[in-house]
Amino acid sequence: MGEFWGVLARNSDLFVTGFGNTIKLFVIAAIGSLALGTVLAMMRVSPVPMLRLAGTAYVTVLRNTPLTLVLFFFAFAYPLLQILRISFFTAAAIGLTVYTAAFVCEVVRSGINTVNVGQAEASRALGMTFAQTLGTVVLPQAIRSVVPPLTSVQIALLKNTTIAAGFSVAEAGAIRDNLSERGEDVLVGLILVAIGFLILVFPLTLLQRSLERRWRVAR
Amino acid sequence: MTAVLFDVPGPRGIARNRLAGVLGAAVVLGALGYVAYRFYDTGQFEGRLWSWLQYEQIQRDLVTALISTLRAFLAGAVLALAFGAVFAAGRLSEHAWLRVPSMVVVEFFRAVPLLILIFLFYYGLPSAGVRMTPFLALVLGLMLYNGSVLAEVFRAGILSLPRGQSEAAYALGMRKTQVMTLVLLPQALRAMLPAIISQLVVLLKDTALGFLITYYELLRYAQNIGGSFQFGRPLIPVFIVVSAIYITLCLLLTWLATYLEARNRRSSKVQGGGGTELAPEQPPLVITPAGGGASTTL
Repeated sequence: MGEFWGVLARNSDLFVTGFGNTIKLFVIAAIGSLALGTVLAMMRVSPVPMLRLAGTAYVTVLRNTPLTLVLFFFAFAYPLLQILRISFFTAAAIGLTVYTAAFVCEVVRSGINTVNVGQAEASRALGMTFAQTLGTVVLPQAIRSVVPPLTSVQIALLKNTTIAAGFSVAEAGAIRDNLSERGEDVLVGLILVAIGFLILVFPLTLLQRSLERRWRVAR
Repeated sequence: MTAVLFDVPGPRGIARNRLAGVLGAAVVLGALGYVAYRFYDTGQFEGRLWSWLQYEQIQRDLVTALISTLRAFLAGAVLALAFGAVFAAGRLSEHAWLRVPSMVVVEFFRAVPLLILIFLFYYGLPSAGVRMTPFLALVLGLMLYNGSVLAEVFRAGILSLPRGQSEAAYALGMRKTQVMTLVLLPQALRAMLPAIISQLVVLLKDTALGFLITYYELLRYAQNIGGSFQFGRPLIPVFIVVSAIYITLCLLLTWLATYLEARNRRSSKVQGGGGTELAPEQPPLVITPAGGGASTTL
Protein backbone atom coordinates (compact mmCIF):
# COMPACT_ATOMS: atom_id res chain seq x y z
CA MET A 1 0.00 0.00 0.00
CA GLY A 2 2.91 2.32 0.71
CA GLU A 3 4.14 1.81 -2.82
CA PHE A 4 0.64 2.67 -4.06
CA TRP A 5 0.60 6.14 -2.54
CA GLY A 6 4.31 6.49 -3.28
CA VAL A 7 3.49 6.79 -6.96
CA LEU A 8 1.16 9.65 -6.14
CA ALA A 9 3.63 11.34 -3.78
CA ARG A 10 6.58 11.15 -6.19
CA ASN A 11 4.55 12.38 -9.17
CA SER A 12 2.15 14.77 -7.53
CA ASP A 13 3.24 17.48 -10.01
CA LEU A 14 1.94 15.32 -12.88
CA PHE A 15 -1.38 14.71 -11.21
CA VAL A 16 -1.86 18.35 -10.28
CA THR A 17 -1.15 19.72 -13.77
CA GLY A 18 -3.01 16.82 -15.39
CA PHE A 19 -6.22 17.24 -13.45
CA GLY A 20 -5.81 21.01 -13.55
CA ASN A 21 -5.85 20.92 -17.34
CA THR A 22 -8.77 18.50 -17.31
CA ILE A 23 -10.80 20.89 -15.20
CA LYS A 24 -9.79 23.86 -17.34
CA LEU A 25 -10.80 22.01 -20.49
CA PHE A 26 -14.05 20.93 -18.85
CA VAL A 27 -15.03 24.42 -17.71
CA ILE A 28 -14.29 26.01 -21.10
CA ALA A 29 -16.12 23.31 -23.04
CA ALA A 30 -19.03 23.28 -20.57
CA ILE A 31 -19.68 27.01 -20.90
CA GLY A 32 -19.16 26.93 -24.66
CA SER A 33 -21.42 23.94 -25.22
CA LEU A 34 -24.19 25.35 -23.02
CA ALA A 35 -24.21 28.60 -25.01
CA LEU A 36 -23.94 26.98 -28.42
CA GLY A 37 -26.43 24.23 -27.53
CA THR A 38 -29.06 26.72 -26.33
CA VAL A 39 -28.71 28.75 -29.51
CA LEU A 40 -29.08 25.57 -31.57
CA ALA A 41 -32.18 24.58 -29.60
CA MET A 42 -33.71 28.00 -30.22
CA MET A 43 -32.93 27.60 -33.90
CA ARG A 44 -34.64 24.22 -33.92
CA VAL A 45 -37.93 25.57 -32.57
CA SER A 46 -37.84 28.89 -34.45
CA PRO A 47 -40.41 29.93 -37.07
CA VAL A 48 -37.73 30.17 -39.76
CA PRO A 49 -37.58 26.88 -41.71
CA MET A 50 -34.00 27.49 -42.85
CA LEU A 51 -32.73 27.84 -39.28
CA ARG A 52 -34.66 24.76 -38.18
CA LEU A 53 -33.07 22.81 -41.01
CA ALA A 54 -29.57 24.01 -40.15
CA GLY A 55 -30.04 23.11 -36.48
CA THR A 56 -31.40 19.67 -37.29
CA ALA A 57 -28.57 18.95 -39.72
CA TYR A 58 -25.96 20.00 -37.16
CA VAL A 59 -27.41 17.82 -34.42
CA THR A 60 -27.90 14.81 -36.69
CA VAL A 61 -24.34 14.87 -37.97
CA LEU A 62 -22.60 15.57 -34.66
CA ARG A 63 -24.63 13.11 -32.63
CA ASN A 64 -23.71 10.32 -35.01
CA THR A 65 -20.00 11.08 -35.14
CA PRO A 66 -17.57 9.60 -32.62
CA LEU A 67 -15.94 12.28 -30.47
CA THR A 68 -12.57 10.74 -31.34
CA LEU A 69 -13.29 11.56 -34.97
CA VAL A 70 -14.20 15.16 -34.14
CA LEU A 71 -10.99 15.63 -32.16
CA PHE A 72 -9.04 13.84 -34.89
CA PHE A 73 -10.36 16.42 -37.35
CA PHE A 74 -9.41 19.39 -35.21
CA ALA A 75 -6.00 17.98 -34.30
CA PHE A 76 -4.81 16.60 -37.65
CA ALA A 77 -7.05 17.66 -40.53
CA TYR A 78 -7.85 21.25 -39.56
CA PRO A 79 -4.20 22.42 -39.57
CA LEU A 80 -3.94 21.31 -43.22
CA LEU A 81 -6.56 23.91 -44.13
CA GLN A 82 -4.20 26.66 -42.95
CA ILE A 83 -6.98 28.91 -41.64
CA LEU A 84 -5.78 29.92 -38.21
CA ARG A 85 -3.11 28.23 -36.16
CA ILE A 86 -4.49 26.84 -32.90
CA SER A 87 -2.83 24.89 -30.14
CA PHE A 88 -3.81 21.30 -29.36
CA PHE A 89 -5.51 22.54 -26.20
CA THR A 90 -7.66 25.03 -28.11
CA ALA A 91 -8.39 22.38 -30.73
CA ALA A 92 -9.56 19.97 -28.03
CA ALA A 93 -11.68 22.67 -26.37
CA ILE A 94 -13.35 23.52 -29.69
CA GLY A 95 -13.89 19.86 -30.54
CA LEU A 96 -15.47 19.09 -27.15
CA THR A 97 -17.65 22.22 -27.35
CA VAL A 98 -18.88 21.46 -30.86
CA TYR A 99 -19.61 17.83 -29.98
CA THR A 100 -21.30 18.42 -26.63
CA ALA A 101 -23.41 21.30 -27.97
CA ALA A 102 -25.40 18.83 -30.08
CA PHE A 103 -26.40 16.94 -26.93
CA VAL A 104 -27.13 20.11 -24.97
CA CYS A 105 -29.38 21.20 -27.84
CA GLU A 106 -31.41 18.01 -27.65
CA VAL A 107 -31.82 18.29 -23.88
CA VAL A 108 -32.93 21.93 -24.04
CA ARG A 109 -35.30 21.17 -26.88
CA SER A 110 -36.96 18.32 -25.03
CA GLY A 111 -37.10 20.60 -21.98
CA ILE A 112 -38.98 23.16 -24.04
CA ASN A 113 -41.38 20.38 -24.95
CA THR A 114 -42.20 19.63 -21.33
CA VAL A 115 -43.61 23.12 -20.74
CA ASN A 116 -47.36 23.06 -20.89
CA VAL A 117 -48.72 24.07 -24.25
CA GLY A 118 -51.13 26.51 -22.57
CA GLN A 119 -48.21 28.67 -21.47
CA ALA A 120 -47.10 29.33 -25.03
CA GLU A 121 -50.69 29.75 -26.19
CA ALA A 122 -51.39 32.27 -23.46
CA SER A 123 -48.32 34.32 -24.31
CA ARG A 124 -49.25 34.29 -27.95
CA ALA A 125 -52.76 35.39 -27.03
CA LEU A 126 -51.15 38.33 -25.19
CA GLY A 127 -49.46 39.24 -28.46
CA MET A 128 -45.95 38.24 -27.57
CA THR A 129 -43.46 37.56 -30.33
CA PHE A 130 -41.56 34.29 -30.72
CA ALA A 131 -38.51 35.72 -28.95
CA GLN A 132 -40.61 37.02 -26.06
CA THR A 133 -42.58 33.77 -25.74
CA LEU A 134 -39.44 31.69 -25.68
CA GLY A 135 -37.26 34.01 -23.63
CA THR A 136 -39.64 35.22 -20.95
CA VAL A 137 -42.21 32.43 -20.64
CA VAL A 138 -41.10 29.06 -21.95
CA LEU A 139 -37.34 28.85 -21.32
CA PRO A 140 -37.50 29.99 -17.65
CA GLN A 141 -40.01 27.23 -16.97
CA ALA A 142 -38.08 24.69 -19.01
CA ILE A 143 -35.02 25.12 -16.78
CA ARG A 144 -36.60 22.99 -14.07
CA SER A 145 -36.81 19.93 -16.25
CA VAL A 146 -33.63 20.72 -18.16
CA VAL A 147 -31.04 21.11 -15.40
CA PRO A 148 -30.86 17.48 -14.20
CA PRO A 149 -30.29 15.98 -17.68
CA LEU A 150 -27.92 18.84 -18.51
CA THR A 151 -25.86 17.85 -15.50
CA SER A 152 -25.64 14.34 -16.97
CA VAL A 153 -24.43 15.77 -20.25
CA GLN A 154 -21.78 17.79 -18.44
CA ILE A 155 -20.66 14.74 -16.45
CA ALA A 156 -20.23 12.90 -19.72
CA LEU A 157 -18.26 15.88 -21.02
CA LEU A 158 -15.99 15.74 -17.99
CA LYS A 159 -15.25 12.09 -18.70
CA ASN A 160 -14.87 12.75 -22.41
CA THR A 161 -12.10 15.28 -21.80
CA THR A 162 -9.78 12.27 -21.32
CA ILE A 163 -10.03 11.57 -25.05
CA ALA A 164 -8.15 14.82 -25.66
CA ALA A 165 -5.14 13.12 -24.07
CA GLY A 166 -4.88 11.03 -27.21
CA PHE A 167 -4.33 14.23 -29.17
CA SER A 168 -1.36 15.71 -27.35
CA VAL A 169 -3.20 17.62 -24.63
CA ALA A 170 -1.45 17.26 -21.28
CA GLU A 171 -4.44 16.41 -19.11
CA ALA A 172 -5.44 13.58 -16.77
CA GLY A 173 -5.58 10.96 -19.51
CA ALA A 174 -1.99 11.80 -20.47
CA ILE A 175 -0.59 11.12 -16.99
CA ARG A 176 0.08 7.56 -18.11
CA ASP A 177 2.55 8.62 -20.84
CA ASN A 178 4.62 10.62 -18.39
CA LEU A 179 4.51 7.90 -15.75
CA SER A 180 5.87 5.29 -18.11
CA GLU A 181 8.62 7.71 -19.13
CA ARG A 182 9.57 8.05 -15.48
CA GLY A 183 9.54 4.28 -15.09
CA GLU A 184 6.72 4.25 -12.57
CA ASP A 185 4.09 1.54 -12.23
CA VAL A 186 1.52 2.43 -14.90
CA LEU A 187 -1.20 0.23 -13.42
CA VAL A 188 -1.05 2.05 -10.10
CA GLY A 189 -0.95 5.39 -11.90
CA LEU A 190 -4.04 4.58 -13.93
CA ILE A 191 -5.92 3.37 -10.87
CA LEU A 192 -5.06 6.68 -9.21
CA VAL A 193 -6.38 8.55 -12.27
CA ALA A 194 -9.58 6.50 -12.07
CA ILE A 195 -9.92 7.39 -8.39
CA GLY A 196 -9.36 11.03 -9.28
CA PHE A 197 -12.27 10.87 -11.70
CA LEU A 198 -14.45 9.18 -9.11
CA ILE A 199 -13.73 12.11 -6.80
CA LEU A 200 -14.62 14.60 -9.54
CA VAL A 201 -17.69 12.80 -10.89
CA PHE A 202 -19.44 11.64 -7.71
CA PRO A 203 -20.30 15.10 -6.32
CA LEU A 204 -21.76 15.98 -9.71
CA THR A 205 -23.74 12.73 -9.78
CA LEU A 206 -25.10 13.37 -6.30
CA LEU A 207 -26.01 16.94 -7.28
CA GLN A 208 -27.76 15.64 -10.38
CA ARG A 209 -29.77 13.07 -8.42
CA SER A 210 -30.87 15.52 -5.78
CA LEU A 211 -31.88 18.02 -8.48
CA GLU A 212 -33.80 15.28 -10.23
CA ARG A 213 -35.65 14.42 -7.05
CA ARG A 214 -36.32 17.97 -5.94
CA TRP A 215 -37.19 19.40 -9.30
CA ARG A 216 -39.29 16.50 -10.48
CA VAL A 217 -41.82 18.29 -12.60
CA ALA A 218 -45.35 17.74 -11.37
CA ARG A 219 -47.44 18.82 -14.28
CA MET B 1 -47.18 20.52 -38.11
CA THR B 2 -48.32 22.08 -34.86
CA ALA B 3 -45.88 24.85 -34.08
CA VAL B 4 -47.29 26.50 -30.99
CA LEU B 5 -44.41 28.76 -30.05
CA PHE B 6 -45.37 31.30 -32.66
CA ASP B 7 -48.48 32.36 -34.55
CA VAL B 8 -49.07 31.41 -38.13
CA PRO B 9 -47.11 34.19 -39.82
CA GLY B 10 -49.05 36.83 -41.72
CA PRO B 11 -47.75 38.60 -44.82
CA ARG B 12 -45.26 40.71 -42.86
CA GLY B 13 -44.24 37.79 -40.72
CA ILE B 14 -43.63 35.67 -43.79
CA ALA B 15 -41.50 38.42 -45.27
CA ARG B 16 -39.55 38.75 -42.01
CA ASN B 17 -39.06 34.98 -41.75
CA ARG B 18 -37.87 34.89 -45.34
CA LEU B 19 -35.36 37.60 -44.62
CA ALA B 20 -34.14 35.73 -41.53
CA GLY B 21 -34.02 32.55 -43.60
CA VAL B 22 -31.97 34.19 -46.30
CA LEU B 23 -29.61 35.71 -43.74
CA GLY B 24 -29.29 32.39 -41.90
CA ALA B 25 -28.68 30.55 -45.14
CA ALA B 26 -26.09 33.14 -46.11
CA VAL B 27 -24.23 32.69 -42.83
CA VAL B 28 -24.35 28.88 -42.96
CA LEU B 29 -23.48 28.64 -46.64
CA GLY B 30 -20.82 31.29 -46.18
CA ALA B 31 -19.14 29.29 -43.43
CA LEU B 32 -19.41 26.03 -45.37
CA GLY B 33 -18.28 27.75 -48.54
CA TYR B 34 -15.28 29.21 -46.77
CA VAL B 35 -14.26 25.78 -45.47
CA ALA B 36 -14.76 24.29 -48.93
CA TYR B 37 -12.71 27.12 -50.39
CA ARG B 38 -9.94 26.40 -47.89
CA PHE B 39 -10.11 22.73 -48.93
CA TYR B 40 -9.80 23.80 -52.54
CA ASP B 41 -7.16 26.43 -51.91
CA THR B 42 -4.88 24.09 -49.98
CA GLY B 43 -5.25 21.56 -52.78
CA GLN B 44 -7.28 18.97 -50.87
CA PHE B 45 -9.59 18.36 -53.80
CA GLU B 46 -6.80 17.56 -56.28
CA GLY B 47 -7.33 14.30 -58.11
CA ARG B 48 -3.94 13.05 -56.92
CA LEU B 49 -5.16 13.02 -53.33
CA TRP B 50 -8.08 10.80 -54.22
CA SER B 51 -6.04 8.32 -56.24
CA TRP B 52 -5.65 6.03 -53.22
CA LEU B 53 -9.28 5.02 -53.63
CA GLN B 54 -8.43 3.26 -56.89
CA TYR B 55 -5.97 0.76 -55.45
CA GLU B 56 -7.43 -2.62 -54.79
CA GLN B 57 -5.18 -3.33 -51.83
CA ILE B 58 -6.25 -0.12 -50.16
CA GLN B 59 -9.90 -0.81 -50.76
CA ARG B 60 -9.36 -4.20 -49.20
CA ASP B 61 -7.66 -2.54 -46.25
CA LEU B 62 -10.65 -0.25 -45.86
CA VAL B 63 -12.93 -3.27 -45.71
CA THR B 64 -10.61 -4.92 -43.19
CA ALA B 65 -10.66 -1.78 -41.05
CA LEU B 66 -14.44 -1.57 -41.29
CA ILE B 67 -14.72 -5.22 -40.30
CA SER B 68 -12.48 -4.75 -37.26
CA THR B 69 -14.63 -1.80 -36.17
CA LEU B 70 -17.76 -3.92 -36.58
CA ARG B 71 -16.09 -6.88 -34.86
CA ALA B 72 -15.28 -4.77 -31.81
CA PHE B 73 -18.82 -3.38 -31.91
CA LEU B 74 -20.49 -6.79 -32.09
CA ALA B 75 -18.32 -8.38 -29.42
CA GLY B 76 -18.76 -5.33 -27.20
CA ALA B 77 -22.52 -5.20 -27.77
CA VAL B 78 -23.13 -8.87 -26.98
CA LEU B 79 -20.95 -8.80 -23.89
CA ALA B 80 -22.37 -5.47 -22.69
CA LEU B 81 -25.94 -6.74 -23.04
CA ALA B 82 -25.07 -9.87 -21.07
CA PHE B 83 -23.19 -7.84 -18.43
CA GLY B 84 -26.09 -5.42 -18.21
CA ALA B 85 -28.65 -8.18 -17.79
CA VAL B 86 -26.65 -9.90 -15.04
CA PHE B 87 -26.01 -6.72 -13.08
CA ALA B 88 -29.55 -5.39 -13.53
CA ALA B 89 -30.77 -8.66 -12.06
CA GLY B 90 -28.23 -8.22 -9.28
CA ARG B 91 -29.40 -4.70 -8.50
CA LEU B 92 -33.04 -5.78 -8.47
CA SER B 93 -32.31 -8.73 -6.21
CA GLU B 94 -33.86 -8.99 -2.78
CA HIS B 95 -30.61 -10.12 -1.21
CA ALA B 96 -28.41 -7.29 -0.02
CA TRP B 97 -25.25 -9.37 -0.59
CA LEU B 98 -26.10 -9.37 -4.31
CA ARG B 99 -27.60 -5.91 -4.53
CA VAL B 100 -24.83 -3.91 -2.89
CA PRO B 101 -21.86 -5.34 -4.84
CA SER B 102 -23.79 -4.99 -8.11
CA MET B 103 -24.55 -1.39 -7.27
CA VAL B 104 -20.90 -0.64 -6.47
CA VAL B 105 -19.70 -2.26 -9.70
CA VAL B 106 -22.26 -0.46 -11.86
CA GLU B 107 -21.66 2.92 -10.25
CA PHE B 108 -17.89 2.52 -10.46
CA PHE B 109 -17.76 1.66 -14.14
CA ARG B 110 -20.20 4.41 -15.02
CA ALA B 111 -18.15 7.05 -13.26
CA VAL B 112 -14.72 6.16 -14.65
CA PRO B 113 -14.04 7.51 -18.15
CA LEU B 114 -14.11 4.73 -20.71
CA LEU B 115 -10.71 5.72 -22.08
CA ILE B 116 -9.11 5.38 -18.65
CA LEU B 117 -10.64 1.90 -18.36
CA ILE B 118 -9.25 0.92 -21.75
CA PHE B 119 -5.83 2.33 -20.84
CA LEU B 120 -6.02 0.44 -17.57
CA PHE B 121 -6.47 -2.83 -19.45
CA TYR B 122 -4.06 -2.14 -22.27
CA TYR B 123 -1.17 -0.42 -20.49
CA GLY B 124 -1.83 -1.24 -16.85
CA LEU B 125 -2.51 -4.96 -16.81
CA PRO B 126 0.64 -6.03 -18.71
CA SER B 127 2.73 -4.53 -15.91
CA ALA B 128 0.85 -6.87 -13.57
CA GLY B 129 1.75 -9.78 -15.82
CA VAL B 130 -1.47 -10.13 -17.85
CA ARG B 131 -1.06 -10.17 -21.60
CA MET B 132 -3.41 -7.91 -23.52
CA THR B 133 -4.22 -7.30 -27.16
CA PRO B 134 -5.71 -3.97 -28.26
CA PHE B 135 -8.88 -5.79 -29.32
CA LEU B 136 -9.32 -7.46 -25.96
CA ALA B 137 -8.68 -4.24 -24.03
CA LEU B 138 -11.14 -2.31 -26.19
CA VAL B 139 -13.88 -4.93 -25.94
CA LEU B 140 -13.43 -5.31 -22.18
CA GLY B 141 -13.71 -1.55 -21.72
CA LEU B 142 -16.77 -1.33 -23.96
CA MET B 143 -18.38 -4.21 -22.11
CA LEU B 144 -17.84 -2.81 -18.64
CA TYR B 145 -18.84 0.78 -19.37
CA ASN B 146 -21.77 0.22 -21.70
CA GLY B 147 -22.83 -2.86 -19.75
CA SER B 148 -23.13 -0.72 -16.63
CA VAL B 149 -25.21 1.88 -18.44
CA LEU B 150 -27.37 -0.87 -19.92
CA ALA B 151 -27.82 -2.39 -16.47
CA GLU B 152 -29.36 0.92 -15.40
CA VAL B 153 -31.55 0.96 -18.51
CA PHE B 154 -32.80 -2.54 -17.79
CA ARG B 155 -33.43 -1.73 -14.15
CA ALA B 156 -35.30 1.46 -15.01
CA GLY B 157 -37.35 -0.47 -17.55
CA ILE B 158 -38.40 -3.09 -15.02
CA LEU B 159 -39.11 -0.48 -12.33
CA SER B 160 -41.22 1.59 -14.72
CA LEU B 161 -43.84 -1.15 -14.98
CA PRO B 162 -46.95 -0.71 -12.83
CA ARG B 163 -46.60 -2.43 -9.46
CA GLY B 164 -49.82 -4.35 -10.07
CA GLN B 165 -48.15 -6.48 -12.72
CA SER B 166 -45.77 -8.22 -10.36
CA GLU B 167 -48.29 -8.24 -7.52
CA ALA B 168 -50.83 -10.01 -9.72
CA ALA B 169 -48.21 -12.49 -10.86
CA TYR B 170 -47.20 -13.25 -7.27
CA ALA B 171 -50.87 -13.58 -6.35
CA LEU B 172 -51.21 -16.24 -9.03
CA GLY B 173 -48.49 -18.17 -7.22
CA MET B 174 -45.60 -17.57 -9.64
CA ARG B 175 -42.01 -17.81 -8.48
CA LYS B 176 -39.61 -14.86 -8.63
CA THR B 177 -37.96 -16.11 -11.82
CA GLN B 178 -41.32 -16.73 -13.42
CA VAL B 179 -42.55 -13.25 -12.55
CA MET B 180 -39.43 -11.78 -14.08
CA THR B 181 -39.22 -13.86 -17.26
CA LEU B 182 -42.90 -14.35 -18.01
CA VAL B 183 -44.46 -11.09 -16.85
CA LEU B 184 -42.02 -8.25 -16.34
CA LEU B 185 -39.30 -8.76 -18.97
CA PRO B 186 -41.57 -9.15 -22.02
CA GLN B 187 -43.34 -5.91 -21.20
CA ALA B 188 -40.25 -3.98 -20.18
CA LEU B 189 -38.17 -5.06 -23.16
CA ARG B 190 -40.54 -3.44 -25.59
CA ALA B 191 -40.37 -0.09 -23.84
CA MET B 192 -36.61 -0.37 -23.37
CA LEU B 193 -35.71 -1.25 -26.94
CA PRO B 194 -35.16 2.31 -28.21
CA ALA B 195 -32.99 3.15 -25.18
CA ILE B 196 -31.00 -0.04 -25.65
CA ILE B 197 -30.38 0.72 -29.30
CA SER B 198 -29.32 4.30 -28.64
CA GLN B 199 -26.82 2.92 -26.12
CA LEU B 200 -25.59 0.61 -28.87
CA VAL B 201 -25.03 3.69 -31.04
CA VAL B 202 -22.85 5.03 -28.23
CA LEU B 203 -20.99 1.73 -28.15
CA LEU B 204 -20.43 1.89 -31.91
CA LYS B 205 -19.08 5.41 -31.59
CA ASP B 206 -16.85 4.37 -28.71
CA THR B 207 -15.11 1.72 -30.81
CA ALA B 208 -13.23 4.69 -32.31
CA LEU B 209 -11.36 4.87 -29.00
CA GLY B 210 -9.47 1.80 -30.21
CA PHE B 211 -7.53 4.31 -32.32
CA LEU B 212 -5.81 5.53 -29.17
CA ILE B 213 -4.52 2.08 -28.22
CA THR B 214 -3.34 1.20 -31.75
CA TYR B 215 -6.26 -1.08 -32.56
CA TYR B 216 -6.42 -1.21 -36.35
CA GLU B 217 -9.90 0.17 -37.02
CA LEU B 218 -11.32 2.83 -39.31
CA LEU B 219 -9.71 5.83 -37.68
CA ARG B 220 -6.28 4.19 -37.46
CA TYR B 221 -6.69 3.27 -41.14
CA ALA B 222 -7.47 6.92 -41.87
CA GLN B 223 -4.29 8.00 -40.14
CA ASN B 224 -2.18 5.37 -41.93
CA ILE B 225 -3.40 6.12 -45.43
CA GLY B 226 -3.72 9.81 -44.71
CA GLY B 227 -0.07 10.02 -43.77
CA SER B 228 1.37 8.07 -46.68
CA PHE B 229 3.54 10.20 -48.95
CA GLN B 230 2.97 7.80 -51.82
CA PHE B 231 -0.51 9.32 -52.31
CA GLY B 232 0.47 12.86 -51.31
CA ARG B 233 -0.73 12.58 -47.70
CA PRO B 234 -4.48 12.55 -48.44
CA LEU B 235 -5.54 13.01 -44.80
CA ILE B 236 -8.63 15.08 -45.53
CA PRO B 237 -10.04 12.92 -48.34
CA VAL B 238 -9.58 9.81 -46.18
CA PHE B 239 -11.11 11.63 -43.25
CA ILE B 240 -14.17 12.50 -45.34
CA VAL B 241 -14.62 8.88 -46.43
CA VAL B 242 -14.18 7.47 -42.93
CA SER B 243 -16.52 9.95 -41.26
CA ALA B 244 -19.14 9.22 -43.93
CA ILE B 245 -18.88 5.53 -43.01
CA TYR B 246 -19.21 6.22 -39.28
CA ILE B 247 -22.15 8.57 -39.73
CA THR B 248 -23.94 6.15 -42.01
CA LEU B 249 -23.51 3.24 -39.60
CA CYS B 250 -24.73 5.28 -36.62
CA LEU B 251 -27.63 6.78 -38.57
CA LEU B 252 -28.79 3.31 -39.57
CA LEU B 253 -28.87 2.28 -35.92
CA THR B 254 -30.52 5.56 -34.87
CA TRP B 255 -33.20 5.13 -37.49
CA LEU B 256 -33.85 1.63 -36.24
CA ALA B 257 -34.34 3.08 -32.77
CA THR B 258 -36.68 5.83 -34.03
CA TYR B 259 -38.63 3.30 -36.05
CA LEU B 260 -39.07 0.98 -33.08
CA GLU B 261 -40.06 3.91 -30.91
CA ALA B 262 -42.67 5.04 -33.42
CA ARG B 263 -44.02 1.51 -33.70
CA ASN B 264 -44.15 1.24 -29.95
CA ARG B 265 -46.11 4.43 -29.61
CA ARG B 266 -48.54 3.46 -32.32
CA SER B 267 -49.37 0.12 -30.80
CA SER B 268 -49.44 0.96 -27.10
CA LYS B 269 -52.48 2.70 -25.76
CA VAL B 270 -50.93 3.78 -22.49
CA GLN B 271 -48.34 6.14 -23.90
CA GLY B 272 -50.66 7.70 -26.43
CA GLY B 273 -50.89 11.18 -24.83
CA GLY B 274 -48.46 13.34 -26.67
CA GLY B 275 -50.83 16.21 -27.32
CA THR B 276 -48.98 18.63 -25.09
CA GLU B 277 -45.78 18.92 -27.07
CA LEU B 278 -44.57 22.31 -28.09
CA ALA B 279 -42.16 21.60 -30.90
CA PRO B 280 -43.07 19.26 -33.73
CA GLU B 281 -41.76 15.73 -34.26
CA GLN B 282 -40.42 15.25 -30.75
CA PRO B 283 -40.84 11.66 -29.63
CA PRO B 284 -41.39 11.31 -25.88
CA LEU B 285 -38.53 9.54 -24.21
CA VAL B 286 -39.63 6.10 -23.18
CA ILE B 287 -36.97 4.88 -20.79
CA THR B 288 -33.81 6.45 -19.51
CA PRO B 289 -31.54 5.01 -16.86
CA ALA B 290 -32.75 5.98 -13.43
CA GLY B 291 -30.78 8.76 -11.82
CA GLY B 292 -28.25 8.64 -14.61
CA GLY B 293 -24.82 9.81 -13.55
CA ALA B 294 -23.73 9.11 -17.08
CA SER B 295 -25.69 10.36 -20.00
CA THR B 296 -27.12 7.65 -22.18
CA THR B 297 -26.41 9.28 -25.45
CA LEU B 298 -22.99 10.84 -25.12
